[in-house]
Amino acid sequence: VLHSTRLLHTSQQCSAPVPPLPEKGGEVRHGLIPEEFFQFLYPKTGVTGPYMLGTGLLLYLLSKEIYVVNHETVASACILAVIIYAVKKFGSDVAAFADKLNEEKVASALAVKNEAIKDLETAIEQEKKEQWRAEGHSFLFDAKRNNVAMLLETNYRERLMTVYSEVKKRLDYQVAMQNLKRQKEQDHMIQWVEKSVVQSITPQQQKESIAKCILDLKALSRSAQAAA
Amino acid sequence: SVLLKDTKLLDVKLGQLPTWLAMRDFTPGGIAGALRRGYDRYYNKYINVKKGGLAGVSMVLAGYVVVSYIWSYSHI
Repeated sequence: VLHSTRLLHTSQQCSAPVPPLPEKGGEVRHGLIPEEFFQFLYPKTGVTGPYMLGTGLLLYLLSKEIYVVNHETVASACILAVIIYAVKKFGSDVAAFADKLNEEKVASALAVKNEAIKDLETAIEQEKKEQWRAEGHSFLFDAKRNNVAMLLETNYRERLMTVYSEVKKRLDYQVAMQNLKRQKEQDHMIQWVEKSVVQSITPQQQKESIAKCILDLKALSRSAQAAA
Repeated sequence: SVLLKDTKLLDVKLGQLPTWLAMRDFTPGGIAGALRRGYDRYYNKYINVKKGGLAGVSMVLAGYVVVSYIWSYSHI
């Protein structure tokens, strides 16, 4: 049976963001006994209670020989002395060094996070720029449409011009043909009339007309002499 | 308010202690779970902190010293 209505996450737990680590660990006194022990005994025995307990316990262990004093005791005492001296002397330096290592780790992680954030912000700006560019596409298309319309118009006018010039050429030809025909007819007629007139002038008429012309000339010269 | 099974050890009255102990989970899985819980409590309190000190490790070593003394007491 598939419980399709059952919720997947039954608790409110959520692992992100991870809660930060606590600053300091639990309090420990003398490096060995947690502070909670001292607080536990404080209401009944006050401040010195745990120390009295410790002293009594130590004396009991020694007197009953539960803790045996032998060569190992001396060795452990020397070792403990050296350890305590070393911790007291170099403790703070080691702590500072460890803190520095931690700091570097945290700083590098933070740097990665900041890098990622910066990269994403740059990506956002790029995206916005691209959106702005896409808006400008409409202007581009308008200009292209204008160009195409211009080309079409130019082509149309060129063809119109061609048509006009062709028609004019044909009409001019017709006109030239008619003119030529009329001129040829005229010339031919004039020539024919002249030829017929010249033929019709007989030699007799020629002689008479020459004599007449001479008489006219004489009369004219006389009138001109008289006028002068 | 809560069942005896779910009370913490420090809240159990002295007379109820045997009953409480009997109710604990002593299967291998239960023991492993208890060990894991103890380890996690100690680890998160003393070691998994920003400025941990010597105390976290030294308490474990002191406990080891005491336990090894107890185990080798008969050979002294």
